Amino acid sequence: MTFAVVVFPGSNCDHDAYHAAKHVLGEDARFVWHKETSLGDADVVILPGGFSHGDYLRTGAIARFSPVMAAVQAFADRGGPVLGICNGFQVLLECGLLPGAMLRNRDVRFHCEMVGVRVERTDTPFTRLARTGQVLRIPIAHGEGNYFAPPETLADLEANHRVIFRYADAAGETTDAANPNGSLHNIAGICNEGRNVVGLMPHPERACERALGSDDGLVLFRSVVEALAGRGAAQAVTR
Amino acid sequence: MKARVFVTLKPSVFDPQGHTIGEALQSLGYDTVADVRQGKYFELELQTTSAADAEALARDVASRVLANPVIESFRVELLDQAPAAAAPGGGR
Repeated sequence: MTFAVVVFPGSNCDHDAYHAAKHVLGEDARFVWHKETSLGDADVVILPGGFSHGDYLRTGAIARFSPVMAAVQAFADRGGPVLGICNGFQVLLECGLLPGAMLRNRDVRFHCEMVGVRVERTDTPFTRLARTGQVLRIPIAHGEGNYFAPPETLADLEANHRVIFRYADAAGETTDAANPNGSLHNIAGICNEGRNVVGLMPHPERACERALGSDDGLVLFRSVVEALAGRGAAQAVTR
Repeated sequence: MKARVFVTLKPSVFDPQGHTIGEALQSLGYDTVADVRQGKYFELELQTTSAADAEALARDVASRVLANPVIESFRVELLDQAPAAAAPGGGR
């Protein structure tokens, strides 16, 4: 199974994602430079965290026009699993693969800390091995993670169960105190209509080994490996 | 031809930066500054002499790139290229 980790100028969590896939999970992983027009034989695409193009204009606003994004769009349209982490999530919002936008954190500060992230849904390729209501300890590191969407978009996300992660305290309560950035409805991550594209602000790739303080993020990577293995088996059966 | 593009957060969208600046002004004693909204300003140098073309181009760029329609709106102004030195009364 091959993970493609897209690298934009200014990406800085690309190696973390690569490390999680390649060395922690033992899967194939490779970097794809943003000027490339093909993702090759990728089975999973990760848009990593960082500060693509210096976050100039808006976070992710310039990266969305990178040549590789047409290939990412096509991959997503075919149902391929795409995970956008932090800046990668912001790129997905800017390019329209996911709805909404990010505002500056409500306290105008950059937050770099461990947070509680409650799993809302397990019917995505990145959460199928998690438990609904499970609170993952995963770090955040962002200045613009204050999720915003117009009321009708928000209602649609909720009605169609597309909120995948919410900031929550250890008991799983989505309190205002547990919300680090002011995101509407404590939203930490969402998915697209097809549920194969998931974006989240927290950094699961930085929480894949106990030595790093938490391995709670591993479940996202393990989930997609299992999802794809299951798909492969299903294809083999129907063949 | 030059165009100016002003990008501002929609009124319904909370502006954490503007709010912080407003609070700072209050603490400096500017009690009559009731609110601050922060935005972005762009100057575009356009290689066209047609005002209609310039306006269309600036609006295209603004809506596609400079502003995010989910949270922002924009306004375009065209500038005449008459150099300041040619203005009447501008003697030394």
